Amino acid sequence: MKVAVCIKQVPAKDAPLQITDSGAWIRETDIGFEMNEPDSFALEEALRLKEKHGGEVVALSMGPQRTKQVIKEALAKGADRGIHLEDDKFFLLDPLSSAKSIAAALKKDNFDLILTGLQSDDQGFGQTGVLLAELLGLAHATIIMQIELQGQRLKLKRELESGWFQWVELPLPAVLTIQSGINKVRYASLKGIMAAKKKEIAVIMRESLGIAGEPTQRVERIYVPQKAKRTEFIDGSPKEAAAKLLEKLRHEARVL
Amino acid sequence: MKILVITEQREGKWNPVGFETLVAAQQIAATQTGSRVTPAVIGKDVRGLAEELAANQVAEVLLVEHDLLKRYTPDGFAIALRQAIAQLQPDLILLPHTYQVRDYAPKLAASLDKGMIADCVGYRAEKERIVFVRQMFQGKTAADVTFIGAPPWFVSFQAGAFRGDQVSRGATRAPITAIKTDLRPEQIRTTPLELFREAKQAVDLTQAPILVAVGRGIKAPENIPLAAKLAKLMGGELAASRPICDEGWLPMDRQIGSSGQTVAPKLYLALGISGAIQHVVGMKGSRTIVAINKDQNAPIFEVADYGIVGDIFELIPALTEALEKTK
Ligand SMILES: Cc1cc2nc3c(=O)[nH]c(=O)nc-3n(C[C@H](O)[C@H](O)[C@H](O)COP(=O)(O)OP(=O)(O)OC[C@H]3O[C@@H](n4cnc5c(N)ncnc54)[C@H](O)[C@@H]3O)c2cc1C
Ligand SMILES: Nc1ncnc2c1ncn2[C@@H]1O[C@H](COP(=O)(O)O)[C@@H](O)[C@H]1O
Repeated sequence: MKVAVCIKQVPAKDAPLQITDSGAWIRETDIGFEMNEPDSFALEEALRLKEKHGGEVVALSMGPQRTKQVIKEALAKGADRGIHLEDDKFFLLDPLSSAKSIAAALKKDNFDLILTGLQSDDQGFGQTGVLLAELLGLAHATIIMQIELQGQRLKLKRELESGWFQWVELPLPAVLTIQSGINKVRYASLKGIMAAKKKEIAVIMRESLGIAGEPTQRVERIYVPQKAKRTEFIDGSPKEAAAKLLEKLRHEARVL
Repeated sequence: MKILVITEQREGKWNPVGFETLVAAQQIAATQTGSRVTPAVIGKDVRGLAEELAANQVAEVLLVEHDLLKRYTPDGFAIALRQAIAQLQPDLILLPHTYQVRDYAPKLAASLDKGMIADCVGYRAEKERIVFVRQMFQGKTAADVTFIGAPPWFVSFQAGAFRGDQVSRGATRAPITAIKTDLRPEQIRTTPLELFREAKQAVDLTQAPILVAVGRGIKAPENIPLAAKLAKLMGGELAASRPICDEGWLPMDRQIGSSGQTVAPKLYLALGISGAIQHVVGMKGSRTIVAINKDQNAPIFEVADYGIVGDIFELIPALTEALEKTK
């Protein structure tokens, strides 16, 4: 089975974000980046499918130079090769143009399965996987918590709201968006890290794909949201703050 | 401006978020001259629901029915709704940002080569255009987004962005238009099987008056007992954000949020939880919310009544000690 995993590199969870003066994006200097969380679960799922059924795992990431890091990480964990779709200004793309670019880069490989995360932690469109399916003419299912391969069909556990789930079946080839928690992700071994150095990363300049057409939408400005609620901040040493908080909960909010 | 609202139902029961979207449509319509709001209901045997919609202040109700729409599939819904869109020719298509909408709406929009602004929390009607507001970076920033190019434009609104009980009722009943839906079994690739819940819940957090909830800030499973002890002293139960349950540090039935429990205790203490919307929807109805987080910009402070910017590994022991003293 030939599996592609789309992996986005996003700011590290605890990175202090600062918006650029133009309001178009965040300052990328001085912050750390990491693999988008659900994408690391998608990668793990792809590696397990390959271990069970054979085949190939290809890791694709679109973004600037820094993005190569997550491809290398995927290769170190066991992906066979990488595709770096390079674009310094990927953040200016609307979800549809972004997906059209990724679809174009994946198309000629005829994958049996394409996995994405269900959502990215930075732009958070929550659309890319579903768009890839439509653009490539494939069946899809979203928010997946279990994958069983049955011949040329997949049996999938979809997460629904409020603790509900549903089983669905689909024919291959297909696109799935993976939810965090579907598996326990592995760490890269030293051997894996060494082996990754010899693996191929194909670089495609996004512009060279010639994705035509107007974008469908434009982000005019990114900003820190205005607070809707007045939070009463309590300060002091931990001891003082704890005492003040308990006092307020007992006598002001009357909930203790 | 013609506004189509796609409501959501399952087995004849409304998903209430659809009415929030209807409110959004009515409010947007009020800012644009000559607007018409048209809600649609999609499924099998849903005329009764269309009748209910017709009592609201709307121009018309679309009834999208077919045997093959009895159970949701992305192919079935996208094909049927494309036919409804072709007939109505709306400018703006509003949807509730449910898991079902996430599953088919981007596909539907892309099949028309149109874009969707998903998971919006609000809008601003400006001269000649509407600015949609959505979150980015897990709620740490907001973004103003506008459409480029010709309609229809697709927008989904986050649960809780509008109040469903503010829907305007109509003076007269709106007409119901049944869409001629042409759908064949071979066009549907997905086979939907049964819906189910995981093993039954060991605790019912919805009944707990006080919840002490831990997030990834708790760092390691060894630290959970610190919070458990605090919960016990406060007379409450332990709850968690999703990653804690994903890791198996606490069982799934303690997860709060869109894919877990929705709770409204009198006190919710969030320890090292960032406040992503999928968590917040599950607890924002709590009477008093306290957040302790080392990041003063954490979105959890958006919904907190009391906040302490600090290290939970200093504050949990301090709270524990203070409570032990007064016992
Ligand atoms: C479709 C979907 C459904 C989802 N469903 C749910 C759901 O039901 N429930 C849910 O919770 N999430 C859900 N999520 C995930 C959600 O988006 C967030 O990823 C998650 O809630 C983050 O959990 P967290 O706040 O514990 O972790 P993080 O976002 O990593 O936040 C950790 C926080 O701890 C703080 N911190 C770290 N160390 C300390 C310290 N020593 N002292 C004080 N503070 C500290 C940090 O500043 C940070 O704010 C869902 C996501 C999607 C896309
Ligand atoms: N620039 C990108 N490079 C690689 N994968 C991406 C990129 N953008 C989105 N994806 C994939 O699409 C998923 C959903 O992203 P989004 O639609 O932005 O929420 C992510 O989890 C990734 O798997």
